[in-house]
Amino acid sequence: MEPRTTLAPVPASTTAGGPGTSGSAKSGSTDWPRVTLHIVTGKGGTGKSTVAAALALALASHGNDVLLCEVEGRQGISRMFDVDPLPYEERRIATGLTHPDSRGSNPGSVYALHIDPESALLEYLAMFYRLGRAGRALERFGVIEFATTIAPGVRDVLLTGKVYEAARRTGRRGTGRQYDAIVLDAPPTGRIGQFLNVNSELAGLAKVGPIKTQADSIMTLLQSPRTAVHLVTVLEEMPVQETADGIEQLRGHQLPVGGVVVNMVRPPELDQDDLVAARNGEIPSLSLVEDLSTAGIEADDELVDGILAEARHHAERRILEDSQRVLVDDFDTPVYELRRLSSGIDLGGLYELAATLERQGMA
Amino acid sequence: MAGPRRTRTSRPRVGPLAATGRTAPALDINALLDDPETGIIVCCGAGGVGKTTTSAALALRAAERGRKVVVLTIDPARRLAQSMGIKALDNTPRPVAKLKKGRRGGSLDAMMLDMKRTFDEVVTSQATPEKAAQILANPFYIALSSSFAGTQEYMAMEKLGQIHRQAQQDGSFDLIVVDTPPSRSALDFLDAPERLSSFLDGRFIRLLLAPARGPARLMTAGLGMVTNALTKVLGAQVLRDMQTFVAAFDTLFGGFRARAQKTFELLQADGTAFLVIAAPEPDALREAAYFVERLSGDRMPLAGLVVNRASPAPAGTLSADEAMAAATRLGRKDPDSRTAGLLRLHADRTRLVEREALLRQRFAAAHPEVATAVVPALSTDVHDLDGLRRVGDLLAGQ
Repeated sequence: MEPRTTLAPVPASTTAGGPGTSGSAKSGSTDWPRVTLHIVTGKGGTGKSTVAAALALALASHGNDVLLCEVEGRQGISRMFDVDPLPYEERRIATGLTHPDSRGSNPGSVYALHIDPESALLEYLAMFYRLGRAGRALERFGVIEFATTIAPGVRDVLLTGKVYEAARRTGRRGTGRQYDAIVLDAPPTGRIGQFLNVNSELAGLAKVGPIKTQADSIMTLLQSPRTAVHLVTVLEEMPVQETADGIEQLRGHQLPVGGVVVNMVRPPELDQDDLVAARNGEIPSLSLVEDLSTAGIEADDELVDGILAEARHHAERRILEDSQRVLVDDFDTPVYELRRLSSGIDLGGLYELAATLERQGMA
Repeated sequence: MAGPRRTRTSRPRVGPLAATGRTAPALDINALLDDPETGIIVCCGAGGVGKTTTSAALALRAAERGRKVVVLTIDPARRLAQSMGIKALDNTPRPVAKLKKGRRGGSLDAMMLDMKRTFDEVVTSQATPEKAAQILANPFYIALSSSFAGTQEYMAMEKLGQIHRQAQQDGSFDLIVVDTPPSRSALDFLDAPERLSSFLDGRFIRLLLAPARGPARLMTAGLGMVTNALTKVLGAQVLRDMQTFVAAFDTLFGGFRARAQKTFELLQADGTAFLVIAAPEPDALREAAYFVERLSGDRMPLAGLVVNRASPAPAGTLSADEAMAAATRLGRKDPDSRTAGLLRLHADRTRLVEREALLRQRFAAAHPEVATAVVPALSTDVHDLDGLRRVGDLLAGQ
């Protein structure tokens, strides 16, 4: 595992002005002090599940307990945290991040919950209707399958409904474990507006009735300042465009947009002049050969040409990244940056990312 | 499984070399595209692996090699439409201009699935005008056709069937390239017809139809209980809408199911080739492995695996550790050393490539029969037909 040098520096323009920061600069302050429900979305392949997991670890410092939820049936959490596949039940899976200046205060715990619509529906029915035998009859008649796979909108109400139930517990007495924060690993950006806008999805269908009432309460929480929807992207055109579209859509539904997490940023090697020189093929191979031999490397032409070609490829990508970063900075949201880890993401890597998010003020 | 499409560049090894990492047989994209028997290519895989771009690049390459191609995309990537010189894609095939005219006069059309419109068209073409109007106005139908996440999968199948029938009648196309929906699980695409059938055959539909079929219905105790429970949860109005919808739709269901079944069989036929698209990431390759197994389980003809976004291999034999050690030495003398930075980049690239190669080797060890094409990551994004052509060249290993 590489130490700090692998982590991206905090971009100067980013963490200022997050909602609720109100100018306080004391260490350990976060951009989202009022938020208890963090929803993480992102285009496929940008690493939104990784970011959700890292955010949960970062929030679970200072004795805070955090619930990390997944709703897409992928069992990604169990793989990332190297635990057995999760049931429909809250399980403790990890100890939160230890804050560098915590001075004896213990980190909290991360709990995980795998929400599947069938279990959520049965639990919902048992909780509110005490259906007893009728509940089983519903299953026999294929009603459960219908409601969770075919009936439009119902599936999303059930999934967000369970998150709502867990969020309602926070800060209040009641049954079940209380959490200081909840992180939802949500569906991808292309579907997020529809997923969270449970209300209008059902509107055409159920204008009154219990399921409509349930959807209304969920919507109230989702649109409140207690919620933030964070978007994960990488610095490429299509994901950045999709993030812009996602932000617009969320704002259109009055859903509170959180931060943008720029993931898998290439290493910041080479300064601006060197990047331009590398792209234009203007790095003299002679000085490279000399340096290499100083460092004890006998360089042949293949190696020298190879290193220069790698530098050109890197420079082209970095210059493209910079042009996309300008667009991201225009989103008018806090921005966080995570570096690409060349060795891949393991549990140690998650803590490393969590520490970066914490340092940049996301948690 | 179509044998001749694959060219095996590696033979089983014995002796000391047998222990070296397995390499998958190479996927011959040109042979696949040129084979007149190939009538449908389905690209599937996890989200974010470049499925849509790959589909478009394959379609363009096939067209410029003389095929009459239509590409059906699901993902509304505006940029891709622009890259093909089309302002906006819609539900009917639009010709792509500015092809490099091949010797044999190929053509390329592109379209994007509009699931609501496709659903509406099915209804209007199958039902009497009266009944169609009734269905189209039903609140349950409107919700089902526009927002239900699974509708996209059904409608992709429906559209594929339509285009195929049309192409067979008028010879407008001889190759259909399909980009599958960005499903939670890429498998939803295959499950669509099955799920529709099991829903239509299910007791639930009969339960909903019971009141509409008059007083002679069999109102068992269980049925009453279920209806009551549904009314409690959904409200009476939703249940009524659903009953009206199902009653009106009743006669259409048969045709729907028959066509879905036909499309499923079409996918199993020899003229179809499935390409599983992945990126060299554990999640994407796990999904790809799952898909490979599902396809063979359903006897779907798998042509091969495409691994996109592979990091280009570093040149020379300088290992990551050696490069890092040298960078540290140079950095001690000059903290701003450019060469140290170049060496760290080399180390980063080498580690990345090693990890990716390991992931691919593991995949090949578990699925040695799957022909594979590895496409290196481009240093810029795809904007135009030239960009797509370059992807096509890389797919073909050129």
